[in-house]
Amino acid sequence: MSFALDVLTILAVLTGSFFFLAGTVGLLRFPDSLSRLHALTKADNLGLGFVILGLLFQAEGLFAALKLVGIWLFALLAGATVAQLIARTARMSGSTM
Amino acid sequence: MAFDIGLATLVLGVAAWTIAARDTFAAVIGFVAFGLLLALVWVRVAAPDVALAEAALGSGLTGGLLLSASSRLAHTNGSAVIEKPSAIMRLAAALFCTLMSAALAAIVLLLPEPAPTLAPQAAANLAATGLGNPVTAVLMAYRAIDTLLEVVVLLLALAGTWSLAPDHLWGGLPGRGDPVDRGGVLTFDAQLLVPIGILVGIHIFWVGSVAPGGEFQGATILAAMWILAMMTGLVDAPGVSGRWLRLALVVGPAVFLAIGLAGFALAGAFLAYPESHAKLVILTIEVPVTLSIAATLALLVAGPPNRALK
Repeated sequence: MSFALDVLTILAVLTGSFFFLAGTVGLLRFPDSLSRLHALTKADNLGLGFVILGLLFQAEGLFAALKLVGIWLFALLAGATVAQLIARTARMSGSTM
Repeated sequence: MAFDIGLATLVLGVAAWTIAARDTFAAVIGFVAFGLLLALVWVRVAAPDVALAEAALGSGLTGGLLLSASSRLAHTNGSAVIEKPSAIMRLAAALFCTLMSAALAAIVLLLPEPAPTLAPQAAANLAATGLGNPVTAVLMAYRAIDTLLEVVVLLLALAGTWSLAPDHLWGGLPGRGDPVDRGGVLTFDAQLLVPIGILVGIHIFWVGSVAPGGEFQGATILAAMWILAMMTGLVDAPGVSGRWLRLALVVGPAVFLAIGLAGFALAGAFLAYPESHAKLVILTIEVPVTLSIAATLALLVAGPPNRALK
């Protein structure tokens, strides 16, 4: 049982790492602010989501698991808000053109 | 091991990049990233209390202060370039910093093995304080005088910030008065986050007596929530002469000092607590101190009075 959980953890964290890697490549390679933001927010949302999913299999009890999910939700909220603000600033200053 | 080496390399790299960055804004972003990585380092050396303080105060709040400073400096960057220090001055600064780092490194490397520590004494006397977290016992009991001075220094820093106000705006409101992003996504964020954040701040403060946390970390979160509410215009900044505001700022240091003085009568020394009620006395200090720190930090970020009172 614990072996199966470990395998699930490794798979999920690896998937999460892939999204972070892809997001970083996007940040470095995409041509304009809005596309770079798009790449970054995918990394944050999905990458962190999969890492948290992987850690959930190792969580000690319900409370610790809820805390992990809470961390993901707060990161989602913060990421989405900041992405909106940066995108708006970028559009107003015309740097996306 | 590999992780620690990678982390240390990353911290040093970000630090070097922050120093080398030409643009003030970029340097501040580097500083914030540096602080967050440093918090990870503190977690790795099993010091979660310091990690929390570094993330909240060192990276978050100081980062916010530096960001607003850099945006104020934005239109003076031209003159800063003209006033660039001479080569000798920069060489002297570099030399001094190198010497300082070398001396610190030498001291750390020359420490006897195992390094001298007061940790066993701190743990042995923990019961007398009624606390469960030795870090809080150090901050609130063994070295309470340091904490008292820190709280007073914060208040002095705010007095320094306020002294930048022009005479005719004295007693006025800090900040620009035009909410960022009115009715937009940040406002929604603030409406959702502020109630939760206040709860988390109080929780971090409250668990400080038995677990990592404490009044500085909790107060920083409370301050951040107030700042968010002020930024989005959910509440307006208070006038700096307001009676309730002044009371909130002073109540923490005042109670701390009063209990410190009462220590002479009750336990025979300044800031000594009667052993039977140590926990209660510490809590009596911590609650107003948390309130005062939160108010002081938020107003430090809000800046000097900038608008006349309506």
